[in-house]
Amino acid sequence: VSATAYVCRQFVEDVTAYLEGALPDAVVVLVDLHLADCPHCREYLAQMRRTVEMTGALTEHDVDTMPDDVRRRLLRAFLESDQ
Amino acid sequence: LQATYAASVPAGDYADDELLAKALSAREPGAFEFLLDRYHGQLLRLARQYVPSDAVADEVVQETWLAVIQGVDRFEHRSSLKTWLFRILLNTARTHGVKEKRSTPVAMTVDDDEPAVEPSRFRRFSLRGRGQWKVPPQPWSDPEMSALAGETLATIDAAIAKLTPDQQRVITLRDVLGCSAAEVCDLLELSDSNQRVLLHRARSKVRAAVEQKYAEGVQ
Repeated sequence: VSATAYVCRQFVEDVTAYLEGALPDAVVVLVDLHLADCPHCREYLAQMRRTVEMTGALTEHDVDTMPDDVRRRLLRAFLESDQ
Repeated sequence: LQATYAASVPAGDYADDELLAKALSAREPGAFEFLLDRYHGQLLRLARQYVPSDAVADEVVQETWLAVIQGVDRFEHRSSLKTWLFRILLNTARTHGVKEKRSTPVAMTVDDDEPAVEPSRFRRFSLRGRGQWKVPPQPWSDPEMSALAGETLATIDAAIAKLTPDQQRVITLRDVLGCSAAEVCDLLELSDSNQRVLLHRARSKVRAAVEQKYAEGVQ
């Protein structure tokens, strides 16, 4: 496969494997050449990274606190579980 | 109750699995409370992807905590404490499992039934480069993204809820709860490549949802 045959439409399918380090070396070379040349795919890659980062922030907003009675019951069960 | 038991290990040390496991074996209340504080929300999030209602998810998580208490002396450091907890949760959830609809991932190709990006956004004819962007992604500006931050998180949450169960579980474990690829393969009994295909589809759809939200917000 020549570098020019590597297209944007392929990159959007390879991006996860690229980020995971799971692409064969020969393909990584093609991807890097393509990225050097294509601002749109660089933007796409940046957006994927940003998406992953924002997804990781979801739990910061979780407000699942345990009801007090449940918490007390579990803590008691924990302390009494010592054999 | 909390006040009567002062933790004998400073809370910071509980971040270390080995010290935490020791403190749990010694039945230090602070260690168990650390686990509850840190993982209760995460366990709920994961449980909700296996059972049909929040009420059942609550039940599954409580059962998980009881199983954790029973098994606390048997934690063997073969995995992190976190994946040990997740495994107990998954086993518990599966016994309640109603939402067990597995999709079978297939190898990624450009002609996939679930393309990462609308095919119409790429050029079809070779005159100006077949397969190159016709409607490229618009850059996300930082000020706009920050202004939309709250909405973006809600958008991501909603996008994840619309994924197939397998995709939801993989992206939740990987990107929301921070497990490694190897841990996810192990927990969900997936091959490397299937894990990656599911993650790819999930992330691609979430990015697309954020892109759409961003375009609406900027208008």
